[in-house]
Amino acid sequence: MNKILVGLIFGLVLGALDGATAWFYPETRPLIGGILIGSSFKGMLVGVLSGWFARKVNSTGWGITVGSVLGLLFAFFVAFMDAKSGKSHYLEIMLPGFVVGAIVGFLTQRMGAPAATNIGAH
Amino acid sequence: MEVSDSILEHLRRVTALPDLTGTRYELETEIGRGGVGVVYAARDRELDRRVALKVLELPIAGEAQLIARLEHPGIVPIFETGTLADGRSFYAMKLVSGTRLDHFAAGDHSLSERLRVVRRVGEALAYAHSRGVIHRDLKPQNVMVGEFGEVYVMDWGVEAVKGTVGFRAPEPRLDQLSDVYSLGALLNFLSTASSPRAVAAIAVKATNADPCQRYASVSAFLADVDRFEQGMAVEAWSEPVWHRFKRFAFRNAMLLWLLVAYTLVKFLMFFWKKF
Repeated sequence: MNKILVGLIFGLVLGALDGATAWFYPETRPLIGGILIGSSFKGMLVGVLSGWFARKVNSTGWGITVGSVLGLLFAFFVAFMDAKSGKSHYLEIMLPGFVVGAIVGFLTQRMGAPAATNIGAH
Repeated sequence: MEVSDSILEHLRRVTALPDLTGTRYELETEIGRGGVGVVYAARDRELDRRVALKVLELPIAGEAQLIARLEHPGIVPIFETGTLADGRSFYAMKLVSGTRLDHFAAGDHSLSERLRVVRRVGEALAYAHSRGVIHRDLKPQNVMVGEFGEVYVMDWGVEAVKGTVGFRAPEPRLDQLSDVYSLGALLNFLSTASSPRAVAAIAVKATNADPCQRYASVSAFLADVDRFEQGMAVEAWSEPVWHRFKRFAFRNAMLLWLLVAYTLVKFLMFFWKKF
């Protein structure tokens, strides 16, 4: 399995699980469907980009850093869109997004086959 | 009386020295003494280089030619074999500078460095076995660790050699599994009191008195050492469940820390919103 696919799968699953925790908050429970889809999609994007990065750079430290920055960035967009609708949940969205990004970044470094090297390719 | 004793001793020593007449070698000093011969540092006059010269009390059988064909970074190459004017056999090989493994073991080396040496010795053995050669006398005195970490295995497979107590397998007829035994004994020798149970278990399995209970080959032994180094379960030891968890936690420490961080963040958020 290549690293982009690993990132996609883990990003999707962890994003969905992260979104599912909204169920514990009574005020977000009615919106759980939209949150699940949005969070899964966000996780998937972070996973694919982290997987792509992992194919280029083989470093657990850098994988975690890039994953967490991407997680933070995408979580910021989500929180920003949420804030436009009048509710401000920057901390609640960005902090877990940051950690989930770090986990996805770590997993893409540790799992999946690295990109094949074409020896002698022109 | 004392004078004559010292003269006799001197004469005994001089007559024991190999007669290198008719060879290209010039004797320098004695550097080692084993069961079947003595090793000297010598100079090759033709190529102007130092070599190690092993002089044997017994004639060299066909295995010397076989050993001479072994080409491996961990095997000291043999340059020439022959018979001296005094009738003794000799072979010239590369003069290796470094620390003998028994001296190396006494040093303050980490477990991974010690395992690296065992792996290098094992790789040389596995290669020799693939060429039909067995060592017969693997022991710390026959392994050198070079200045830059290179590992050399010396004194290969002379038929007359019957091994050294503590490193020799108990079976009367030596074969590849006997080398597995010696390699296990070598691992045991290099282990320290603080070495993990898994390492001790590998050594115990390799040195089982019953050859059938040992690793089937040196490669199988090395595969188990690799498994240990990668934090995986070794074949030699059925570890208890708590140890399996500990190993998993050690291997995945970073992932577990990230999961703990995530759980902590979620709990904090939950209670922060509640109160």
